[in-house]
Amino acid sequence: MSNNSIIEIKNLHKNYQVGDEIVRALRGVDLTIDKGEFVAIMGTSGSGKSTLLNILGCLDTASEGDYFLDGKNVKTLKRNELAEIRNTKLGFVFQSYNLLPRTSALENVELPLLYNGAVNSKLRRERAEEALIAVGLKDRMKHLSNQMSGGQQQRVAIARSLVNNPVIILADEATGNLDSRTSFEIMALFQELNEKGITIGFVTHEAEIARFTKRNVVFRDGRLIKDMIVKDRGDAKQSILDLKDDDYNFSS
Amino acid sequence: MKIINLLKIAISAIRRNKLRSFLTMLGIVIGVGAVITMLAIGQGSNESIKSSIASMGTNLINVMPASRNRGGVQQGRTSSQTLKEKDVAYLSKNCTMVTAISPEMNTSGQVVSGSNNWPTSINGGNEEYITIKKYEISSGRFYTAKEIKTAAKVCVLGQTIVDNIFPDGTDPIGQTVRFEKIPFKVIGVFKEKGDNTFGDDQDDVILAPYSTIMKRITRETYLRAIVFSAKSEDKITETSAEIEELLRSSHGLKDAEDNDFEIRTQEELISNFGSISELLVVLLGSISAISLLVGGIGIMNIMYVSVTERTREIGLRLAIGGKGKDILWQFLIEAMLLSVFGGIIGVLLGYLASFIVEHVMNWPVLITESSVVMSFMVCTFIGVFFGWYPARKASALDPIVALRHE
Repeated sequence: MSNNSIIEIKNLHKNYQVGDEIVRALRGVDLTIDKGEFVAIMGTSGSGKSTLLNILGCLDTASEGDYFLDGKNVKTLKRNELAEIRNTKLGFVFQSYNLLPRTSALENVELPLLYNGAVNSKLRRERAEEALIAVGLKDRMKHLSNQMSGGQQQRVAIARSLVNNPVIILADEATGNLDSRTSFEIMALFQELNEKGITIGFVTHEAEIARFTKRNVVFRDGRLIKDMIVKDRGDAKQSILDLKDDDYNFSS
Repeated sequence: MKIINLLKIAISAIRRNKLRSFLTMLGIVIGVGAVITMLAIGQGSNESIKSSIASMGTNLINVMPASRNRGGVQQGRTSSQTLKEKDVAYLSKNCTMVTAISPEMNTSGQVVSGSNNWPTSINGGNEEYITIKKYEISSGRFYTAKEIKTAAKVCVLGQTIVDNIFPDGTDPIGQTVRFEKIPFKVIGVFKEKGDNTFGDDQDDVILAPYSTIMKRITRETYLRAIVFSAKSEDKITETSAEIEELLRSSHGLKDAEDNDFEIRTQEELISNFGSISELLVVLLGSISAISLLVGGIGIMNIMYVSVTERTREIGLRLAIGGKGKDILWQFLIEAMLLSVFGGIIGVLLGYLASFIVEHVMNWPVLITESSVVMSFMVCTFIGVFFGWYPARKASALDPIVALRHE
């Protein structure tokens, strides 16, 4: 195990019991993600990528194999210990943002720190503000989540995933609900965050989005079938400029 | 997780759903309001019964002849002839624990003045009778020991009698009224006392020397009752025991023989009526407690819906590091806050409703601290009790399933 690796999984299996049948969602996966990487986890539906993401996110545990997160084997941890790992080491971004409704951006971003007894209310507020500034929402901190556009909501969600200084951000189809321009804007933000050294695991099934990452791993039927460095890496900011100046103009 | 953070989370969740939170609270508000108002009404009437009995004198002791059984037939008290004037003399000489003692006579009939008449009863006692029965003279005077000795035909009237036989407003003092054809000179009028607890008009009364009634009206040699004022209200029991012992020896009763008299104290009356009005309190209290229970079930209902509706939120909280017990506490505190807030509003409502009952309907009300504290504690308990099941359901959710919930 290299000193630089954030995630290291070895021969990972995950089996589900559905009725009398055993579904083998993951069939021996080996994967290492190093610090500073920006990895797209790809595959069609049923390929096992969501199952892998759940395990990487410590929301689920593997049936077989080992998973080291930031040097710690999480396979044997209990429910509460996993919750603590999620709280301190991981950041999540979901397809449907999952913000608290009728709650300000700031309060939404503060949420993970509320579950961390070591962070007092002053520090919590400071870090939430920093995170919102980092995603470009300095002027919208007090806005309620339901008063924001989809792109802005996803930015709030990204700020929420950053606020606890995680070792890796795990995004699940984070651009799935957004139009092309907004998707590119979100990808530009991810690229910017990655430039600052933040490690990102990005699940998607769109090749167009995956080309903005540095490395693509492709799953099929529970196995990793392709692992490649993105050669012709796209620049999301440039892609926005390349869009035709048509009806996307009104979105900001 | 810090309790202050949990409180923040719960309060913001309540504020996010103002209308629903208000409707949930409404059940508790009405329940607590009803409990406080009903208990106030019940305790108010209880207290007013007790105080009106006390206004008749809590240190009053009545001794009446025991009803007798003659050939298997129970005779009325008035036909017993066990209490005599010599008992009064013996008791006033030997009884150490009373301040006043008086024989009591009474008979009913028509009182007449000129062309006006009124059906009433005439009561007789000695000069101490007025203190024992707590009457006060408003004009004129009470009769004297000398008038008692001579069986003088004098009387003191209650205000009801004055109103009915002197309707034109003549000063009754010095006038002559007739009771059962015997003329009585009016020497005084009592201050108004009003109705007692049982609705009897305490001003519908004529008092005359007992000797006058005995000799001139009923022509009897025995007394209807002997009344006492005990020295101390706290020693009513000891005082009645002393009276009982003295009367038994005065009547020469053997150990095996039953008393040929009966001693009654106001305390017994208070405890009898007290138990009736306490029953009323319990009845009113339990009816309103049912509405509190229904309010609690309302909270459980809403919390249950809330957990289902907020499944994704719960999933998110679990995903970003919330532990099962954090979620459990969040929902439990939410339920408790709803019921405590509802309880506070309910207490205010209860005060308001009691105020209205007191001033608009003129019913006696009494809000006791214990009823407020009790309904408040019941409220909190309801919050915990009915919040527990939905909260546990929320805390046991699998984050992956919860996040995927539509």
